[in-house]
Amino acid sequence: MSMNTQGRPTAAGDAGETFRPKTFTGNRGLDMEEPLIFEVGSLENCGVDLDEGDLPEFELGGHARRAEIGLPGLAEPEAMRHYVRLSRNNYAIDAGLYPLGSCTMKHNPRLNEKMARLPGFADVHPLQPVSSVPGAIELIDELAHWLMVSTGTHAVAMSPKAGAHGELCGMMAIKAAHTAAGRTPEIVLVPESAHGTNPATAALLGYKVVSIDAKDDGTVDLEALKTTIAEHTGNIAGIMLTNPNTCGLFERDIKEIADRIHEAGGFFYCDGANFNAIVGKARPGDLGVDAMHINLHKTFSTPHGGGGPGSGPVVLSDKLAPYAPLPFIRKTDDGLELVETEAATKDGEQPFGRMTAFQGQMGMYVRALSYMMSHGSDGLRQASEDAVLNANYVRVGLQDLMSLPFGERPCMHEVLFDDSFLKDTGVTTLDFAKAMIDEGYHPMTMYFPLVVHGAMLIEPTESESRASLDLFVATMRDLVMSAKRGETQRFSGAPYLAPRRRLDETGAARKPVLKWTEPEPAQVTPEAAE
Amino acid sequence: MRYLPLTDTDRGDMLARIGVNSIDDLFTDIPEDVRFNGLLDLPKRASEMEVERKLSSMATKNTSAGSVPFFVGAGAYKHHVPATVDHLIQRSEFLTSYTPYQPEITQGTLQYLFEFQTQVAKLTAMDVANASMYDGSTGTGEAVLMAHRVTKKNKAVLSGGLHPQYREVVEGLSNMAGDQVVSLPADPMGTEDILSQIDDETSCVVVQSPSFYGQLIDLKPIAEKAHQHKALLIAVFTEVVSLGLIEPPGTQGADIVVGEGQSIGNGLNYGGPYVGLFATRQKYVRQMPGRLCGETVDAEGKRGFVLTLSTREQHIRRDKATSNICTNSGLCCLAFTIHMSLLGQKGLTQLARINHGNAVKLKQQLGAVSGVDVLNSAYFNEFTLRLPKAADGVVEALAEKGILAGLPVSRLEPGKKDLENLLVVASTEVNTDEDRAAFADALKEVLA
Repeated sequence: MSMNTQGRPTAAGDAGETFRPKTFTGNRGLDMEEPLIFEVGSLENCGVDLDEGDLPEFELGGHARRAEIGLPGLAEPEAMRHYVRLSRNNYAIDAGLYPLGSCTMKHNPRLNEKMARLPGFADVHPLQPVSSVPGAIELIDELAHWLMVSTGTHAVAMSPKAGAHGELCGMMAIKAAHTAAGRTPEIVLVPESAHGTNPATAALLGYKVVSIDAKDDGTVDLEALKTTIAEHTGNIAGIMLTNPNTCGLFERDIKEIADRIHEAGGFFYCDGANFNAIVGKARPGDLGVDAMHINLHKTFSTPHGGGGPGSGPVVLSDKLAPYAPLPFIRKTDDGLELVETEAATKDGEQPFGRMTAFQGQMGMYVRALSYMMSHGSDGLRQASEDAVLNANYVRVGLQDLMSLPFGERPCMHEVLFDDSFLKDTGVTTLDFAKAMIDEGYHPMTMYFPLVVHGAMLIEPTESESRASLDLFVATMRDLVMSAKRGETQRFSGAPYLAPRRRLDETGAARKPVLKWTEPEPAQVTPEAAE
Repeated sequence: MRYLPLTDTDRGDMLARIGVNSIDDLFTDIPEDVRFNGLLDLPKRASEMEVERKLSSMATKNTSAGSVPFFVGAGAYKHHVPATVDHLIQRSEFLTSYTPYQPEITQGTLQYLFEFQTQVAKLTAMDVANASMYDGSTGTGEAVLMAHRVTKKNKAVLSGGLHPQYREVVEGLSNMAGDQVVSLPADPMGTEDILSQIDDETSCVVVQSPSFYGQLIDLKPIAEKAHQHKALLIAVFTEVVSLGLIEPPGTQGADIVVGEGQSIGNGLNYGGPYVGLFATRQKYVRQMPGRLCGETVDAEGKRGFVLTLSTREQHIRRDKATSNICTNSGLCCLAFTIHMSLLGQKGLTQLARINHGNAVKLKQQLGAVSGVDVLNSAYFNEFTLRLPKAADGVVEALAEKGILAGLPVSRLEPGKKDLENLLVVASTEVNTDEDRAAFADALKEVLA
């Protein structure tokens, strides 16, 4: 095992409490203090040259805006500087390891960006004549094919705009299928370890959410599931299960879970947020899944862009396929047809409605297909294997010092620790995370999943090299030892070396300030005026 | 594989360190009988050049908006986006970052979200705005659910001027959630009687202005009647540039304002990703869906920003959350914010004036074509024509002549005799005198 530490300090120094000169600008070297645009722009300024020319008489029918908008403008160089400076206050996957468990921060290939910007994709209107966009329809159909083959399913609803929107779509298809069969079951089962979006989605559709406990090994308690099903016989719409689950574990009893829920007349919704762990290793269709959303941004690396946009196509079993929402693409003898309205549907097509205007996240489809084609069937499997390998490598590197809530069993693409290793050190989970920032890392996911106290969920992804993992493991080990040695100051005041020290989140919530307002002019006292 | 840094030697060494013999020993939790062995029936890995070749060949089959005289609107608009915008949003630090869960190292994202919220609040003349929704249509669905939470009533009244696909999104979501939706028939002229639909059961009235047909609607009497019955007015717009010139919904009594922000900073992208704008009154802020960024201070007293009021959200409230949404259109609202910062109110007003002026010129030219009627009296950059024959055939014929002429209403409202001849036409700053002349001449020929 080798680790490149050239040019790096091999021992932790004193963390930032050295002399810091107070500067006039507030900047610290290249670390810039950037005001808001409203504080630098002016109402007369503008960074776009627009020529009004000869305008005809307006026909606004008395609807003209009277009051000023109050938005300052910036000349182009000022705007460039403002946003470049802001960008430098951000951590990003291109800057370093971003082990946010369950969020899957992997490399974003720039080829995907280049492809998405081809005018034939980026500059076509969703409602221009269908005859003028055959390539766009072909692309959507091609991506749908890749998704169906890799999941072993029969249909895919492409239009959902994000993972949670895909969940909603899948559950709406389930509700539509029940309604079509004349059933009105009221209950959706959701395991404790589920993403918060799962119960929120079920509740949004008027379902009563019944929680299913987890066993001591972090997976669904099959006996508890059977008991709950028995208690609510005939009233179960379905189950929402995440697999691999949020503890980073594959649900071993998944086939049995699917069978039980099907016997009870319900459908099996799988939260596919963690699909990246099993592409080419298991197909959800073979596991008995009826509906599963795929976060294209996670598994197929469309950029997260500060939290969005996402894209959440939903693969569907043959039982749910007829209920897929509008629009969809139909294969005919002459080629591909875009079906946009209920009037255009045929026998056997019973769309439950529409998830969004237009066709969904085309820009994300291009990126995802570009990524999938780049990997191919062999590369997609390799990516999943490497993601799992890297997570287990981190697990083995840290398991003697940090605490694993479910024992030393292999994990999938992410490894879950809890904070019991910090017991009696005086260092909290949050402190530990903030100290990671001073080491140049984005902290892992914290407090989630809720089933584990002080959860720390680490997902290195397949993008990390062995050297990168070695350095991360060594850093984590150093932090743990430091906490155990009682060096609490390194943690309690952290981060010391970030653009901001710890922020007052309680204060922000107590008196929410959600927009900039012009400060009151300073009161000038008569004495000062003289 | 160019995206995977591990070598086979690394893999072997790492497996040994973990203490297993093969990679499959790490997948033993997947039961044998459902484990997938072999390769998926898909092509193998392709080089960068091969991918470019394949995708470019698909892209070139499409007619891009910028390559022809282009007049399609109806919820998405072809505008010029300054080069600076696309350059800045491709900076790694923006493009490849995630939800700002660690505010100390995500001030870049948080500060632009705060700027975005401020811009949207000012444009709409509302108290508060969130950090964006998926798009305008889903935002409208969320607004109706929010009105239900606020008023504890469940009957939504949708104007006949609402974009038909927005209407379908709202109907689908609300019906599934157990709410009642009253959708008025299509209203191209903007003359519907929505006031008589409002009663004590009504939770909200949803009105789009400019309407799907381009008509500007006076929201004040609708707000007044809604408020008399303790219902909310949800004002919808699909063309945010209109707010540079027309009276904002906030000063007309709207309680929730939802809109599509694609026009500013974002391309057409064949329908997405777009950026939903969502604003409301201060008193409803805790019922608002979506993400919110708030101002605060750090341990040294410096101003900073954090995600806030998260006690409304799914990760804390689970089945009691205001919405299941756990994301926003981060990068798209960055594009919006940069473009809007370049424009400022001066540029936005100019842009809106040019858009409207071009629409007036186009209306004059098309209205002069024999047999063509223009339905709108007051409009922004979009209006509706009644043609002497079915609009879908006319649009196809014009497309063959190299002009993308607008949306035949029948495409979204099929089988309605009275709408068959209607064509919704949009004009923006990208249209030239030559484009307009070409459109008018071609229309003359097709109708002759």
